[in-house]
Amino acid sequence: MDSLFALAHGLTVAIQPMNLLFALIGVLLGTAVGVLPGIGPALTVALLLPITFKLDPGGSIIMFAGIYYGGMYGGSTTAILINTPGESASMATALEGNKMAKAGRGGPALATSAIGSFVAGTIATLGLAFLAPTLVELAVRFGPEDYFALMCVAFVTVSATFGDSPIRGLTSLFVGLALGLVGIDKLTGQARLTFGVPELLDGVEVTTLAVGLFAVGEALYVASRRHIQEEVVEPVRGSLWMTKEDWKRSWWPWIRGTLFGFPIGALPAGGAEIPTFLSYSTEKRLTKYPEEFGKGAIEGVAGPEAANNASAAGTLVPLLALGLPTSATAAMMLAGFQQYGLNPGPLLFAERPELVWGLIASLFIANAMLLVLNLPLVGLWVKLLAIPQPWLYAGILVFATMGTIAAKPSVVELTMLGAFGVLGFLMRRFDYPIAPVVVGLILGPIAEAQLRRALSISLGDPMILVQSPISATLLAIALIALVLPFILKGLNRFKMNED
Amino acid sequence: MTTRTPRRVDKAGLLIALLLLLLAGTIWWDLSTLELSSVYGLGPKAMPIVVAIGLAVLGVGNAVSALRGGLPERESLLWMPIVLIIGGLAALIAFIEFGVGFIPATAVLFACTSAAFGRRAFLTDLAIGFTAGVVIYLLFAKLLTLSLPMGPIERLIGA
Repeated sequence: MDSLFALAHGLTVAIQPMNLLFALIGVLLGTAVGVLPGIGPALTVALLLPITFKLDPGGSIIMFAGIYYGGMYGGSTTAILINTPGESASMATALEGNKMAKAGRGGPALATSAIGSFVAGTIATLGLAFLAPTLVELAVRFGPEDYFALMCVAFVTVSATFGDSPIRGLTSLFVGLALGLVGIDKLTGQARLTFGVPELLDGVEVTTLAVGLFAVGEALYVASRRHIQEEVVEPVRGSLWMTKEDWKRSWWPWIRGTLFGFPIGALPAGGAEIPTFLSYSTEKRLTKYPEEFGKGAIEGVAGPEAANNASAAGTLVPLLALGLPTSATAAMMLAGFQQYGLNPGPLLFAERPELVWGLIASLFIANAMLLVLNLPLVGLWVKLLAIPQPWLYAGILVFATMGTIAAKPSVVELTMLGAFGVLGFLMRRFDYPIAPVVVGLILGPIAEAQLRRALSISLGDPMILVQSPISATLLAIALIALVLPFILKGLNRFKMNED
Repeated sequence: MTTRTPRRVDKAGLLIALLLLLLAGTIWWDLSTLELSSVYGLGPKAMPIVVAIGLAVLGVGNAVSALRGGLPERESLLWMPIVLIIGGLAALIAFIEFGVGFIPATAVLFACTSAAFGRRAFLTDLAIGFTAGVVIYLLFAKLLTLSLPMGPIERLIGA
């Protein structure tokens, strides 16, 4: 009941004309940038962070939320029409969606993805409104050692458990942790890894890292393999509207996708890839039209798209309630909060309820706006896909450098942007996941601070980490999550040798 | 048992492993500049030690996987676009360092990136980049009052 009351209060914040305007600008920008091929929601938020730099926190956080959801809608349009998903979470959508577009059913594919995103987003945001306060009540009892243990869980699940290769995932994470060491140690005031460069004393900016890895890295990667694949934009042919049959076939996949997406997104399990692929394979198994799968089955678009959006709302649960980002996009949202000196978590719920609940309420509004913007206006967004690739990437890089200089006017920052770009290129080329680097940079220093706080309370006794039942359980989960993929891999190899 | 195809040693993979070890070594070396000054609990050295050890272990892990040929297949790549984009970024940095200003720097980066993606109209793109730079400058420096680097052209507009 408290949630409903708080939500109603949040709604009064969200429907203030200025905040509505911010939400509208957010969804417009988010969709526009999200539609551009190669730009996922994380980069969308990272690129647009500097713009909100000088706005007031309440309004700009509402704008982020719009950008976040808008980026998701825009991304699926690209996945359907040109089969280059901006992020791995849209991969499942591209599988069937692009086939549908090729078969002249692009309209219904876009419609089922937009309506499915709306249904899933609305249900999952309701889930967020009820789950987050419960988690906050739990989190109030967390001591620093418990937070440290929780972050260990996030580290392991984001990097090792669900990737292709635990070693490569952990390598990415530790590179991020190493970057997180740079700067002044907050407890003793000593500089670490700054090599006498004064600009490094403040540490590595999360936005510089993210924009470098995602924007510059992606530009280098796409340019270097230009000879390999040409992108073809499928025109939207035929009716945009779904037939009665389409509705009947989309309804259950939407619901099932939401049920996969929200809980998995809310667990610190990182990313939307798992629920989207779970949803895809479930729909493939349950469908009455198995012969259509692989040739453009509408269920294969409806389910994963719903799962994708539901998990996006799900990742906001640990982000808002615990300050724990579990995906690259959530990490960028956290960077957005930190830019105003706000730290999501139980304290923010207590001290700035209007901010948190205003944000949650504005998610509903953003979702509704996006449905309106995306269904009738989809033709407009599709026009953005006609921008020639050279100008598109040139524009992205201009914007990326502009944001970096605006946030921190120094040549050192730009040099770092270039260096991170090269890092991002190499990581793409050698198939290292990128999200763990961002999560490592943002969570590493927080984890260190919590651990040191815990150990100074216990007068240096490390046993505090296992004496608290919460922390002991979480550390055990982290350990299992770390070891499990190696064991499973060993089993697989064993099985392969048997054959 | 099936006979396995002899796997090639992945040289790039070994280089990555070496870089990781180098990074671990750098962190370890940096530790020596810190003084232990925490009364209770962990000092500023604890986290770097953990990260350095972790990186060293992962360096070895990556080396093993490179020796086994465990890295994914890679396609051939074009070097020219990479040189062009990095060159464009370098030019942008140089322009800003020497006070040429944000707008010309943006124009050069735009034209270089565009060329990297296969366009052969450098001067046209330079002009487009310049226009884009002016628009961005007016929008962000004037309207949103972000501070962008100034040069002669920006001072002319800004006056």
